[in-house]
Amino acid sequence: MTDFSLWDILRNLLLALRWTVVLSLIAFVGGGVVGGLLLFARLSGGPFVDRLIGLYVQVFQGTPLLMQLFLAYFGIALFGVDVSAWTAASVALTLYTSAFLTEIWRGCVASIPKGQWEASGSLALGFGEQMRHVILPQATRIAVAPTVGFLVQVIKGTALASVIGFIELTKAGSMISNATFKPFVVFSCVALLYFVLCFPVSLYAKNLERKINVAGR
Amino acid sequence: MGIEFDFGAVLGQWPLLVRGVTWTLGLTAIATVIGMVVGVACAWARAGGPTWLRWVVGSYVELIRNTPFIVQLFFIFFGLPSLGVRLSSETASVIAMTLNLGAYAAEIVRAGIEATPRGQLEAARSLAMTERQVFLDVVLPPSLGRVWPAMTSQIVIVMLGSAVCGQISTQELSYAANLIQSRNFRAFEAFIIATVIYLALSVAARRLLNWAGPKYFFGR
Amino acid sequence: MSLVAEAPASEAAPAVPVSAAPIVRITALRKSYGSNEVLKGIDLEVRRGEVIAIIGKSGSGKSTLLRCINGLEVFQEGSLTVDGKPLLHESAMAMRELRQHVGMIFQSFNLFPHLTVGKNVMLAPTLVKKRSAVEAASQARKLLARVGLAEKFDAMPDQLSGGQQQRVAIARALAMEPAVLLCDEITSALDPELVGEVLRVVESLAVEGMTLLMVTHEMSFARKVSDRVIFMHQGRVHEMGPPAELFGSPRTPELQQFLSSLHD
Repeated sequence: MTDFSLWDILRNLLLALRWTVVLSLIAFVGGGVVGGLLLFARLSGGPFVDRLIGLYVQVFQGTPLLMQLFLAYFGIALFGVDVSAWTAASVALTLYTSAFLTEIWRGCVASIPKGQWEASGSLALGFGEQMRHVILPQATRIAVAPTVGFLVQVIKGTALASVIGFIELTKAGSMISNATFKPFVVFSCVALLYFVLCFPVSLYAKNLERKINVAGR
Repeated sequence: MGIEFDFGAVLGQWPLLVRGVTWTLGLTAIATVIGMVVGVACAWARAGGPTWLRWVVGSYVELIRNTPFIVQLFFIFFGLPSLGVRLSSETASVIAMTLNLGAYAAEIVRAGIEATPRGQLEAARSLAMTERQVFLDVVLPPSLGRVWPAMTSQIVIVMLGSAVCGQISTQELSYAANLIQSRNFRAFEAFIIATVIYLALSVAARRLLNWAGPKYFFGR
Repeated sequence: MSLVAEAPASEAAPAVPVSAAPIVRITALRKSYGSNEVLKGIDLEVRRGEVIAIIGKSGSGKSTLLRCINGLEVFQEGSLTVDGKPLLHESAMAMRELRQHVGMIFQSFNLFPHLTVGKNVMLAPTLVKKRSAVEAASQARKLLARVGLAEKFDAMPDQLSGGQQQRVAIARALAMEPAVLLCDEITSALDPELVGEVLRVVESLAVEGMTLLMVTHEMSFARKVSDRVIFMHQGRVHEMGPPAELFGSPRTPELQQFLSSLHD
């Protein structure tokens, strides 16, 4: 068995890193779209819809992402659909992300002072107009930092997709570790690569938060 | 479509599920207690320790928060043996969960400490209390009270994250579900039941922590 | 107790004749928060052009009554009509219609922080009255000039002092050309030296014949500007009458106590 150099290991990990990034983007963008629709439904759909979506959020926040991935994998298969690791991972992570994002965004809307609702209402603006011109512009500003912060959670979440066979950074790490008998080196590199991916995003989110707090409302 | 579910086959294996739940709760309990101590120690170090210590703690915290838990677990269980440190899967799981919670707790407690009104510190020092007494008796309890919801959420996150430990054969709940489905091929039913149990556990854990926090940690 | 900084050389009470039909009619109004009854049967008629000051201790229900008139609070019993039309809480359209005739100024200004001063004033006329941007902008400039802030058209709210923000809020409410203006303790959140500039604007509105209902602690201002003063106590209209009578010779012990407590 030839000896594997550090560069061999890194090279293969970097190739797998692509799929981590792709899956993260699919989940983040997809989850954002679904989360946005859920937010809209929650704000305009009346108490029953609000509670229903609240339950949806509670389920995703109160159960392990690993279980959600397994259920997506085996659940979709029940319908006779040929489910690949890609499909299951994408669906599970998209729904997972949508639940967290819709809750984050709902919190941002709720944090807008009641006085804004009262003032715009007193000026005879309807609900839709209040949302569009007064509430959402302010809520969006507040929402940017925690939304960017959640991207870090999504990236870390893709690591679990390895368990259902999705070939991303963690799975590649396991495979390479088995092939090279150098688990310490391999997993150190894996951790380092995740760090390089996540840390700048974390910093950016922290920066955004600081800017919002300094600038005032 | 004719999908037939057989939940009975899974529920019949309830002893395995019970063992899984016991392990999940046990791992979480240990990680919570030690992890909170680690978190408080780190927060204290960051608030008033020497620069090099602050840098070490800061690096630890950022490393844990910016890498996936499964990678941390694999590193401890698969990676450390290369250095001669061979751990059982249970030990590795506890250590990984503790270190993980510790890093998040460090940030959470730090936020709580930084929100302490100046007047509290000044009053305590004027009463000739030592720095250690000031920290443990005047600063820490209200700080914990302030951040308890965040801490509770994080503990629940770690508990749910423990599902990954089944991948290194720690016999917690997800491992039990996997074992059951490998025997009777009822994968969907097994995982649904496990998921429902996790949901119940997270609700129960939250209630328990909301009760225990004021009672034991920061008396209100 | 603060006084209006300078007394302009105008009359104390508006010389504009008030028309006969009441613009706001409240009959047997009751409102509770849960089991706590806050308004215990209010009867009130407000004539067009009248200026009414509502005074009383905190918790007497003054703000709640005001907020019932533009529908921000829902009442359980009684009736409330504005300009002949009864208040229908369930109909969003009816509420929108009502709020085009009743404007409100808030204690905490509630300007929209993400819009410039000019846009704050222009927003509602553009959306609700469907004015064109050009029309709305010119109207906004006129109103801002009227409250003494013409040069602040492009400023952001957080660049303004409290008194300036409140004057913008007044301009914003006036842009909808309301028939009635509700003022909910509009100077209570202001530093004392900024109170005068706001009160001067309100006084000029009164002189021009705007129907005003003000909840206020500015007693000398109320005395000077209002046609009628209402003293509320524990959810009821306890005393009502012209300011000279109410302030000069309070009949009930509660009002006497209230007025004397203000002198401390």
